[in-house]
Amino acid sequence: MATQSSRAAARLMVAPSVIVLFIWMIVPLAMTIWFSFRLYRLLSPERTGWVGFRNYSWFFNSPDFWLAISNTLLLVGGVLAITIVLGVLIALLIDLPVWGQGPLRILVISPFFVMPPVAASIWENLFMHPQNGMFASFAQGLGMKPILFMESYPMSSVIFIVSWEWLPFATLILLTALQSLSSEQLEAAEMDGASAISRFRYIVLPHMTRAITVVILIQTIFLLGIFGEIFTTTQGGPGSASTTLPYMIYKQAVIAKDIGRAAAGGIIAVILANIVAYFLMRSMGKNLDA
Amino acid sequence: MGKIVLNAVRKSFGEVDVIPGVDLTIEDGEFVVFVGPSGCGKSTLLRLIAGLEDTTSGAIVIDGADATALPPAKRGLAMVFQSYALYPHMTVRKNIMFPLKMAGMEIGEATRRADAAAKVLNLTAYMERRPGQLSGGQRQRVAIGRAIVREPAAFLFDEPLSNLDAALRVNMRQEITELHQSLKTTMIYVTHDQVEAMTMADKIVVLNAGRIEQVGSPLALYNNPGNTFVAGFIGSPKMNLIEGPEAAALGATTIGVRPEHLSVVSEGGWEGVVGLSEHLGSDTFLKVTTDRVGTINVRAGGEVILRPGDRVHLAPQPGKIHRFGADGKAMT
Ligand SMILES: Nc1ncnc2c1ncn2[C@@H]1O[C@H](COP(=O)(O)OP(=O)(O)OP(=O)(O)O)[C@@H](O)[C@H]1O
Ligand SMILES: [Mg+2]
Repeated sequence: MATQSSRAAARLMVAPSVIVLFIWMIVPLAMTIWFSFRLYRLLSPERTGWVGFRNYSWFFNSPDFWLAISNTLLLVGGVLAITIVLGVLIALLIDLPVWGQGPLRILVISPFFVMPPVAASIWENLFMHPQNGMFASFAQGLGMKPILFMESYPMSSVIFIVSWEWLPFATLILLTALQSLSSEQLEAAEMDGASAISRFRYIVLPHMTRAITVVILIQTIFLLGIFGEIFTTTQGGPGSASTTLPYMIYKQAVIAKDIGRAAAGGIIAVILANIVAYFLMRSMGKNLDA
Repeated sequence: MGKIVLNAVRKSFGEVDVIPGVDLTIEDGEFVVFVGPSGCGKSTLLRLIAGLEDTTSGAIVIDGADATALPPAKRGLAMVFQSYALYPHMTVRKNIMFPLKMAGMEIGEATRRADAAAKVLNLTAYMERRPGQLSGGQRQRVAIGRAIVREPAAFLFDEPLSNLDAALRVNMRQEITELHQSLKTTMIYVTHDQVEAMTMADKIVVLNAGRIEQVGSPLALYNNPGNTFVAGFIGSPKMNLIEGPEAAALGATTIGVRPEHLSVVSEGGWEGVVGLSEHLGSDTFLKVTTDRVGTINVRAGGEVILRPGDRVHLAPQPGKIHRFGADGKAMT
């Protein structure tokens, strides 16, 4: 009974939560916008008030800025590519009826429960460390010089660590999608003469597109804000080689103690996230329709 | 060509012998129906022929060549599944053309064949739709279309009509029969619907617990059931199976009389009280509790009007009594 009055009543009923949510979102955003147009440095007494777009133009003129943007996109893209390709493969493998399937699945999922800074420390100190790391001792065992992961390949190392953390999430979602595929469809395709590769290409993969889309959208949201792994490992270095946009904002806010610039960086990050979201939804939104 | 021979085919899942050993010959062009109670191994037998399950032992010979170890695609058979198993993300056209695409057929020829199949099955107007936008009967036809474009040696149907409503089922049943008459390809059809089995089959295979109880034409099974299981399974309503002194009087352990072979007479015969009477117009189904042979079902003509509580006399029609020995087998 969606009469005029019942609809009005419905609006009235949900209004409080909508208003609270709106305030919850708008107050921090408004304050960030406000600070982004002001000179506000914690370490200097000068508070000359409005500076127009100077905080923004500092970012756009900084040589690190475009590197940070490209590092951010590289991180998101790299981790997505690795987690989805490997996630599909692992999901296919652990979907097979093997002995010890239950414990195996729990093992595959477990990296997701390790906190990001812990995961990053483990990889940095136990595996990638040039003196104590396992990779270094392998290299020495083979008579080669240890690779300086954090110095020579900082972005690749960070992407690798973050992929390790997010692979279980992708695998889990893709596995559930795989399990919902009816076996009769696969049998029908087998009768129709499709090889294992064709069955994957024409039946399994199309069945998983929605799950893949969900993985891409959810991971993108989280990956755009990756900070802890960089903070614990490369500190954005060497130089600015592994500085992403969130890390650059952190440097402005906490190291340079320039709240105005950090706020401007935050607003740029919001805009970047919206641009990414727009293109993602435009290219993949239709996959989500039932 | 589509002659299929099963030689001592056995299938077990772990410890359980689902098919303890089946010998069966299916001639080219025959319409064979597998019937039997739920869980008796009909689907398993069909899947063994299709190659979707591996045989535990025995041989499957298709057109003279041993196919026991061949993968499903190499056997030249097409299967229609109970759930249709259409590919949901492909249009009807792509679904029908999928087996041809997998066979590497040139696209023009594939399109021509798909269009021809669509015409036969009245699907031409739906070629660009997806399975989700079709009714149950249309989906069933797409599944059949996907099977016929390959021009297989034989079709395998696993309860293809069980998801359809009664009226549509009658329609599709006739369509499949007509399809068989025009294609003249071997068809193996699994069902537990009596009417489908009786009307469609050239040959009915009655299965029970993985064993073949009897093979024969529908009328042969109806007129001369080989044992009590087939006697009770073929025919609807079920044959009355009577044990005790009445059977012993005829020199048998069990005697069987079909409900339609009992007449309501004014005196003599078996006397009893009507417990239930269903008037269908054309027929009257009676459930009668008798003193001498227990409760039996009767199918009388529509003109017989009886109410619960009425006393009746029933007499089996001469020559329509089936006699079975102690081992359950028919006596001659
Ligand atoms: N993969 C399997 N593993 C173990 N047992 C199985 C398997 N598939 C079937 N069975 C068993 O084999 C028997 C025959 O099953 P099947 O599916 O062939 O029966 P059916 O005659 O087709 O029955 P319905 O009429 O209900 O479809 C059943 O008892 C079933 O439990
Ligand atoms: Mg079955």
